[in-house]
Amino acid sequence: MLVTQIKPEKEILERISGKNVFVFVCPGCREVYFPQEKVEEFIQSLPADRVRRVNLDYLCNREFVKEYVQGYSREIERADAVLVFSCGVGTQVVSSLLENDIVYAGCDTLYLDGFQGLTVQNFNCDQCGECYLNHTGGICPVTHCAKGLINGPCGGAKDGKCEVNPDADCAWILIYKRLKKLGKLHLLKEILPARDYHKIITESLARKKL
Amino acid sequence: MNLAEKLKSGKFLITAEIGPGKGTDIDEYLEEMEILRGKVDAINVTDLQSSVMRLGSLVVCHLLAERNLEPVFQITCRDRNRLALQSDLLSAYVLGIRNVLVLTGDHTVLGDHPEAKPVFDLDSVSLLKVASTLAEGKDMKGNDLKGKPEFCLGAVVSPGADPLEPQLIKMEKKIEAGAKFFQTQAVYDKESFEKFIKKAEKFGVPIMVGIVLLKSAGMARFMNANVAGVSVPDKFIKIMAEASKEDRPRRSIEIAASLIKEMKGMCQGVHIMSLGWDKYVPSVLEAAELI
Repeated sequence: MLVTQIKPEKEILERISGKNVFVFVCPGCREVYFPQEKVEEFIQSLPADRVRRVNLDYLCNREFVKEYVQGYSREIERADAVLVFSCGVGTQVVSSLLENDIVYAGCDTLYLDGFQGLTVQNFNCDQCGECYLNHTGGICPVTHCAKGLINGPCGGAKDGKCEVNPDADCAWILIYKRLKKLGKLHLLKEILPARDYHKIITESLARKKL
Repeated sequence: MNLAEKLKSGKFLITAEIGPGKGTDIDEYLEEMEILRGKVDAINVTDLQSSVMRLGSLVVCHLLAERNLEPVFQITCRDRNRLALQSDLLSAYVLGIRNVLVLTGDHTVLGDHPEAKPVFDLDSVSLLKVASTLAEGKDMKGNDLKGKPEFCLGAVVSPGADPLEPQLIKMEKKIEAGAKFFQTQAVYDKESFEKFIKKAEKFGVPIMVGIVLLKSAGMARFMNANVAGVSVPDKFIKIMAEASKEDRPRRSIEIAASLIKEMKGMCQGVHIMSLGWDKYVPSVLEAAELI
């Protein structure tokens, strides 16, 4: 179970306005929390002829999603972009199945104590509350980069592997390659401000009920 | 002229480097630094290099500044959060330091305290931005400072990185964030440096090529296997392997000098990392016809 909130509308619209969008909505965690109303409101506000939308529970289950993506492949091809309303894990799963498509995160994932995520996965979500997947082509720099860098690689990668563990790919080289493939290298040029730990710490404490 | 002024003047820059030791004894390396007086434009002091716990860069930079040996304060993002980093920059200024080199920093797991908690609250780009903001009289939250630290800010780049493009993109961001000069990771091959310079010179910022003195064939092989972006060609490993122990410093000086001669025309300076062999640096500079 992960807790999400919809990203500021303006931020999402900046990325998808004027485009045909294929939308995944994952209500899998709604027993705990999912911003269902806000997500529906947002989707309804988009021009209907430009949106194709599916509800798919448990985007964190990659094998399951893979079959669906194959089934929807024609519609996804017709879209200019894919938008995912899910936690960071679900968004990364979809992004990993659609390496040639630009996949956007429609939600930020917030911190929740206890059992996080439903399916054992190679993707992790740190529940940082300010999802960076839209800047990185769907690869999480917070969980995948050993140093959690958000402005590009350090000088430590050797043969594409992280200085911390030669079996681990350098997240930033993966991000660079993905963005290059998508023709979105300009995203790497933006200076991102330092992370906001305040939001996560205070919001998660506010939800603690002993 | 201080380093900032020399950067503007277009003089070919020469910098050296010390890594403080583990402990409080400072006399030995302060003495070694005297050999460099008048021969180099500034001396970098590393910040817990290789994530090994050591005496701090701040205090050694201050001691150099006191002795009129211009220091470059290296500061990494590994060990301190944004509060401590901003504070240390203020402290550095008060202690007479005027040059700062900003780096991400090696990960804690590589050092001698691998169980430590890595910080990385800021990255090199945001730390450069923060330092620039402090220089304008505000902290990173926009609060006014009573007395502002003005620094000559530098950053690093790895010409041997593969792929190179992400390094160049980040280099541009560092310039946007306030970096006024770059020191590179060690280069042993003029062709690969040339490729890098062709792409980097358009940024219009002084670049100092990094030269690491080879101490032995073993060290060269170690770097090839373990240090990212560094590639020591076989020909140099052979020279060091065939040299007797007494001869190694001489061969090392020759190699370094030949590299500097080959590359000095392509860049705006040289940064020599002697890894303890500080006493040979003047010979390198002489052999390279820089002094």
